[in-house]
This record gives sequence, C-alpha cells and structure tokens, in this order.
Amino acid sequence: MRALERVEGRDKVTGRARYAYEYPVEGAVYASAVQATVGRGTIAAVDAEAALAIPGVLAVVSCENAPRLRQAADAELAVFQSREVSYRGQLVAAVVAETLDTARDAARFVRIEYAPAAEGPDVRLHPGHPGIYKPDKVNPTFPADSVKGDPEEALPASAVQVEATYTTPAEHNNAMEPHATLAVWEEDGGLTLYDSNQGSSTVRDTLAEIFGLEPERVRVVSPHVGGGFGSKGTPRPNVVLAAMAAGVVGRPVKFAFTRQQMFSATGYRPPSIQRVRLGADGTGRLTTVVHEALSQTSMIREFVEQTATPTRMMYQAPNRRTAHRVTRLNVPTPSWMRAPGETPGMYALESAMDELAYAAGIDPVELRIRNEPETDPESGLPFSSRNLVACLREGAERFGWGDRDPRPAVRREGRKLYGTGVASSTYPAYRSPNQAYVRADADGRFTVRIAAADIGTGARTTLTLIAAETLKVEPERVAVELGDSSLPRASLAGGSSGTAGWGSAVVRACEALLPKLDAGLPAEATADTTDEVKAQEKYARHAYGAQFAEVEVDVDTGEVRVPRMLGVFAAGRIINPTTARSQFIGGMTMGLGMALMEQTVMDEEFGDYLNHDLAQYHVPACADVRDIEAFWVDERDAHLNPMGSKGIGEIGIVGAAAAVANAVHHATGLRVRDLPITPAKILTGM
Amino acid sequence: MDSANNSDGDVPPGGGRPPGGAPPGGPPVRAVITLVVNGTEHRIGVDTRASLLDVLREDLGLTGSKKGCDHGQCGACTILLDGRRANGCLALAVAHDGARITTVEGLADGDRLSPLQEAFIEYDAFQCGYCTPGQLCSATAVLDEAAAGWPSAVTPDITAATPMLDAAEIRERMSGNLCRCGAYVNIVAALRDTAERAERQSAADAARATSAASDARSEAIGHAQGVGRR
Ligand code: FES
Ligand code: FES
Repeated sequence: MRALERVEGRDKVTGRARYAYEYPVEGAVYASAVQATVGRGTIAAVDAEAALAIPGVLAVVSCENAPRLRQAADAELAVFQSREVSYRGQLVAAVVAETLDTARDAARFVRIEYAPAAEGPDVRLHPGHPGIYKPDKVNPTFPADSVKGDPEEALPASAVQVEATYTTPAEHNNAMEPHATLAVWEEDGGLTLYDSNQGSSTVRDTLAEIFGLEPERVRVVSPHVGGGFGSKGTPRPNVVLAAMAAGVVGRPVKFAFTRQQMFSATGYRPPSIQRVRLGADGTGRLTTVVHEALSQTSMIREFVEQTATPTRMMYQAPNRRTAHRVTRLNVPTPSWMRAPGETPGMYALESAMDELAYAAGIDPVELRIRNEPETDPESGLPFSSRNLVACLREGAERFGWGDRDPRPAVRREGRKLYGTGVASSTYPAYRSPNQAYVRADADGRFTVRIAAADIGTGARTTLTLIAAETLKVEPERVAVELGDSSLPRASLAGGSSGTAGWGSAVVRACEALLPKLDAGLPAEATADTTDEVKAQEKYARHAYGAQFAEVEVDVDTGEVRVPRMLGVFAAGRIINPTTARSQFIGGMTMGLGMALMEQTVMDEEFGDYLNHDLAQYHVPACADVRDIEAFWVDERDAHLNPMGSKGIGEIGIVGAAAAVANAVHHATGLRVRDLPITPAKILTGM
Repeated sequence: MDSANNSDGDVPPGGGRPPGGAPPGGPPVRAVITLVVNGTEHRIGVDTRASLLDVLREDLGLTGSKKGCDHGQCGACTILLDGRRANGCLALAVAHDGARITTVEGLADGDRLSPLQEAFIEYDAFQCGYCTPGQLCSATAVLDEAAAGWPSAVTPDITAATPMLDAAEIRERMSGNLCRCGAYVNIVAALRDTAERAERQSAADAARATSAASDARSEAIGHAQGVGRR
C-alpha cells in the first residue's frame, strides 16, 4: 500500500492538536491530588480546614465526604471510597480551586491523620515471600501454568543443560502526556469527559457504571492522546477524580497527575524473577523448556503479568512447563506496559537461548532455526503464518552476522570492547469486535467514524488507507473521525489489536457502502464485526521478529553504548510503511531503555517508588539512540482479517533487551542476568 | 499518629509549607506583566507563583506548549524566550515582564510551515505528538545556535566558525527533549535534512554574489551533501 504521512501531522507540528487538558471550557477549575504518605494503615481523620481557608479553594474531597460510587471492577477506581491505605502514594484527597497554583498550594495544607498498621509496609518481592500463590489466571485470561511431557525427568537426561535466573525491575510507562481529564457535568445530567486514554468506549462504559448513569449519558472525547503504552488502556483514577470533583463543586474540573504522582497512580510493569531451564541434545534440539515467573501485585487488585506465555509457543520441545506465581504487597497496582508478558518473558527466554548456544557450541541464529516448531507446541494448533526463520535469516544477512566470531571478549580497541547479539521477538495477533460507520457525500468525499484511539500509533492514517483501498479512492478523499465515544463502539488501542479490529469493521462498512453508491448520494453504511470475529477459525496467530544489536562497552567506566540495532519483523501485511517503521523503531528504542537504564526502585522502608521523576527514572534520550533500523518480510496470511495485518505496536520492544544483553556478553564475556545493565554491574562483574 | 500530605515531589517530608514561607490563608499575589507572544503583545495579570508555561497554557489559551513533567526534566515545554530556548515550566512568569516569546504556534509563517515543521512531517519525526512542540522549538534554536558558532560537548573543533550539524551534534544538542514514543531516529533525520538544506541555501546565496567559478564549486558541495537525503 502507499506510504502516507500522518494525516494529523500538520495539527501536531503547529500546536493545534488538542490533548485532554487543553479544551477551552468556560468556567473550568482545577483539582490537585493528595497522596498517602504511609505505606499501610488507615485514615483516622482528614482536617481540611486550613486548605479551605485559602481564598480560591472550592472544596476538599476525601473519604470523609466523597460521594459514594458504585462498585468498580478495578478497585483503583474506587477513589476516596475507603479509609484503608494499602500503599504509599495511594490517592487520599483532592483539592479543587479556582486556579492551578491555588489548588496545588492548598493540597499541602490538607492534614491527614493516619493510624499506621502495626507492621510497616511489606514491599519486597523475593522468592521466599510467604504470600506467594498461584493465580487463577494471568493477564488477560491465560492459565497460570502449563505442562507437557515430563520436564523434570527429561532435563537431567539432556546432553546440554542451561539453568539461570533472570530478574527485571519495575518499569514505568511514562507516556509524555500525563494522565489528564477535564470533566463537565452537563445541564441535562450527562457527563462529558475530555480524557487521555486508549479507548473512549471503554472509559465511557466504566464511568457510566461507576456513576450509575446510562452509557449514552457519558461522552468521552479523546482525539489526540500523548502516548499510553498500556498505561491508559484501562481508565485510571484521574478520570474518576475529575468527574467526582466536578460534581462536588458544580463546575467543570481539570485534573492531571503530576509526573511524580504517575509513578504510583497510573500502573507500571511489575518486577519479575524468572527461572529458565533448557535441555537440548548434542545438535541443539531442545528436549526441555521450563520457564517459571514470579511477580508482584497490590493489595487491592490482582494483576499478574503473563511473563512465561511466549515460551508456550516459541520453540519445539517435547517436555515443557511454564508457571506463574505472584504475591500481594503494599505496592501500587501494576498494569499493562508495552507487550506485558512478552517483554520480560522474552528477555529471559532469549537470554537463556543465547546461553544454550554457547553451551552447545552452536550459532545463536542457527540454534533458533533448529528449534522451529511445525505447529503450536502446546495447543497443537496450526500457525496462521510463522516467519521467524525468514526474519532471522534476513536480519543476519542485513546485519552482517555471517562473519561473527562467537568468542566473547576478544574484540577490543583502546578502552572499548565490542560485541553483537541476537534475539527472537514475538507478539500475538489479536482481533476484537468493532463497529464502524461510513458515509459518501455528493462532493466525492467519504467520512469514516469509529471510536478508535490514535495514541501515536498512526491509527487515523492507517484507517484512512484501509478505507481508501476498500472504496478504491485516493486517501485524500477519506476523512477518519475517531477518539470519541459518541462514534461507533470500538475496542481498545491495546494488545496490538487496534488496526486488526478497527480495520475489519471499517472494511466491512466500506464494502456495505459500495453497492449503495449508484443509488444516489449521500449514502451511508455501518458494520458490526462481532459475529465475524466470533466465527473465526482456530489458529495460532502471532507476529515474529529477529532483533540484532551491536554494543560497545567502556572497560574503565562500564558504560554500554549501542551503536546499532536492527530488527526484521514478520507481521502480516504492513499497511502504512511510514508509520509502521516508526512504531517498530519506537518499540526498539524502549527496549534499549529496558536493557540499559530503566528501573524504578522501591524504598523498602517506606514503600515508595523512590526515583519517581524523569531526572531519576531514565528513559532513552536522543544521544542514547544511534542507528536503529527496522525492516519487514513480505508475509501473506489469509487467516487474520480482511487486511491481512498483524499488530505492530508492541513487537518492537520484545526481544530488544535480550539482543543487547547477549551483545554485552559477546563483548565482555559477562552475563548480566539482572536488568538494567548499568555500569556498576559491568564493573563489578568484570 | 502520623500526619502528612500531598507528595507531588517537591513537598518537604511531613507536609506543610516549606520553612520560611508565608503563612497560609492569604490571597494569591498577582502582578501585571507584558508578554509579547508570537508577535502579539499581552498585558496580563499573573499569579506570582505561575510559570510561563502555565500562563501560556491556562491564561493565554496557547496550549501548543506541553507539560510533561513541570520540573525541567523533559523539554516538552520548550519555548524560545528572547530568542533562546528555555523550559517554560522553569521560568517564573513574573520574572519575565517584557519578554518576547515564540511558541510552536508561532513557528509557521501564516499557513506556510517552517522548513523544520515540514521536515518533521516528511520524516515522520513524531508519533503521539506530545513532545513535538518542544522538539520543534528546540530544533529551531539548534539551527540558530550552530549558525552562531556555538559549540556543543561533542564538537570536535570548538574554534570552528559554524559547527557542522552532523548526527552526533544533533543528538547531543537535542538530548534535553525526551520522546517516549522513540522518534529520535526520525527527529535527527528531519533536523539534519533541514540543516543541510539551509547550508546549501546559504552556500548558493553566497555563490550568487560572487564569481561563476565559486558558484560551480558550491553546487558541487551542495550535491555531495545531498547524497544522504532520502
Ligand atoms: S514540562 Fe518543562 S521540562 Fe518537562
Ligand atoms: S512523539 Fe510521543 S513523546 Fe515524542
């Protein structure tokens, strides 16, 4: 398909694109949040007097006076409904004031008396934690465990064995736009929310439920969203807080979390402790794969990252087992962060595969090719398409893998050691039911409507191309309206399922419109893909990729730099090469951050994520990123959706950290099994 | 009993007003200042606690400048303040009475985008767009700074009249602007292309003013520099 520049590009480079906090609503006032400063306890009393005495303060809302909400499925949304404090940083009150400065200032004067629990907060994840249990399911609905064959018997009998524990830290999404909401109660009792989210239909339904309204009475407007990476996939407390505060003061209320508050209030990737055991015969064929993952969740909501699930289908092996365990701690509630499950899980599996390649004396690319399964090894389902091997081969060719000397720690120039690494990547190809509307006007223009979200993925542009192709017109004649819950219901921008789900509905609506065009304009048509999605055949549907990285390690400072990353992906048909390339590279860039710098550190005494700002939580900056290239192989898959596409928003991050870590080993001979690979770990290890 | 309050990152432990601050309860102190924003003069009463960023966004309705951190850590709020790039969130509005400010809304000439804005679209140098206004203001300043001969930490020859804006220079000079979408590769390409076009343009201008011989040479340079362009 033709490469199309972002259709909203002009709005974004001129500052005209409006984000949630930026709507000019008459009479809007400001809310500021107060967070718990104890990690475990109860609120004994809230003294709002000093805050309320400040001119311009309109209200202080807390557990003592908050309107009662209907029960929410996500306990994080039960804002100010309880006196219980289960983690430090939990929202305990909000101040509403005429101006932002007054609201922020007054928040300092809300005095909250706590009755701390007898014991301090329990915040340390470790394998001996007494609260460890097996969850009923892991995100979103996978079984916690799986087993095939007899891995405990087969492993010791294997010619080559690898056993290692890998750990990953808590990581925070840190979308550049903080979670924000502008809430307006309309005169007719309806609620309008200008909100930063990954799915306006979902926010509408959730808020309607919490405030006891009919869904049609709630409208969520979100045409532009400043990134989410999963953290805006579920409604966060900001939207409830803003709506509640607006109700209390009878004025529109603007609320945004501060960057610091985002670290406890908007979700994060939980830390993981993963044990991987691999057994292989002398030719590198796997006999056994065992992957066990431990993570944490909060006291108020169970979220278990599906860390070991990619291992269920990545490689062939007759004996295999995966397991997930979790424990509840006095910590903020973890949630989705770009490729939850695949990202930490493939870091561990693909690091272990590299260790196996060394143990067996086989090239790491070749080792993966030798373990290519014919069908999904656990479910037995056929793959709708699987081109991992093509990605590995093409990537090796483009990267110049062929003449690689496998010996570690032998390439040195001055203070620098050089190395290269490879890892596989994968992400499931999901599709959800959606609705869409399309209209043809007499002026030759077409309007597509769907409550999809463009959080920077390029959805608006991609859907424009999809509609234009189906209608057989130039994309310039198509306008896509999205990001508004008053449009036909759409699924989330999540699980890399957006284009597949939304695109299917757009194609079906356009197909329904085509025969009507001759009967006179304007003409319109709608589609609902619920039945189509339900009826789809059973296949194992996944995208694959191969990640290559080159590193240079300074032996004196321990600093790792990444001069080159190269990814080749097989993700079905690529609809818009321009935005697809950006998505892949963006994911790989975040993977570079995961490998080398990203970690949120828990204060074990007080129970707080300590480095809760962008000066201390390091995300890659421009100078950290040198050459990153993304390519894709031509993949035709008739078992996906009318476009033949697989999602691409997450696969770019998967495997990237393992490729870098494997390259660090190749450069230095050192296996750092604990992310991120900081200079301290290099220096103490070497 | 433990008492405490809001923890938005800049509050002393135990809460309450920082030592030495005025007692609570007084009305906000306001001052009238003049700001010239994108060529338009505004006479405006501001809260003396307000940042330039908040005044632009909340009082003047110029929401193009973004707030990513409010602590000078992300660059989303970058504006041109009296011709130089600055973090709007770190600038106290009352301290900038009379300032000339350019925001992202002022980069284009009417409907005509600046070469950088054009290049950002052409190279897909953004995804969500939230860091973009700051990136564009910063990049605009980078071009000016290099033209004025300012070296950076990676400039090989700090005595050079005008440092070449190669990829390493651009990455260094643009590292005050975070992009979580990871558009850096394309941002660098967009800036590099714009810088090269500007260099070609000034070379051509210089050449036109002199002899035909030097004219031919500058075209050859321009051609060589154009090779890397997509
Ligand atoms: S908002 Fe000013 S630097 Fe982040
Ligand atoms: S484009 Fe999204 S943060 Fe830069």
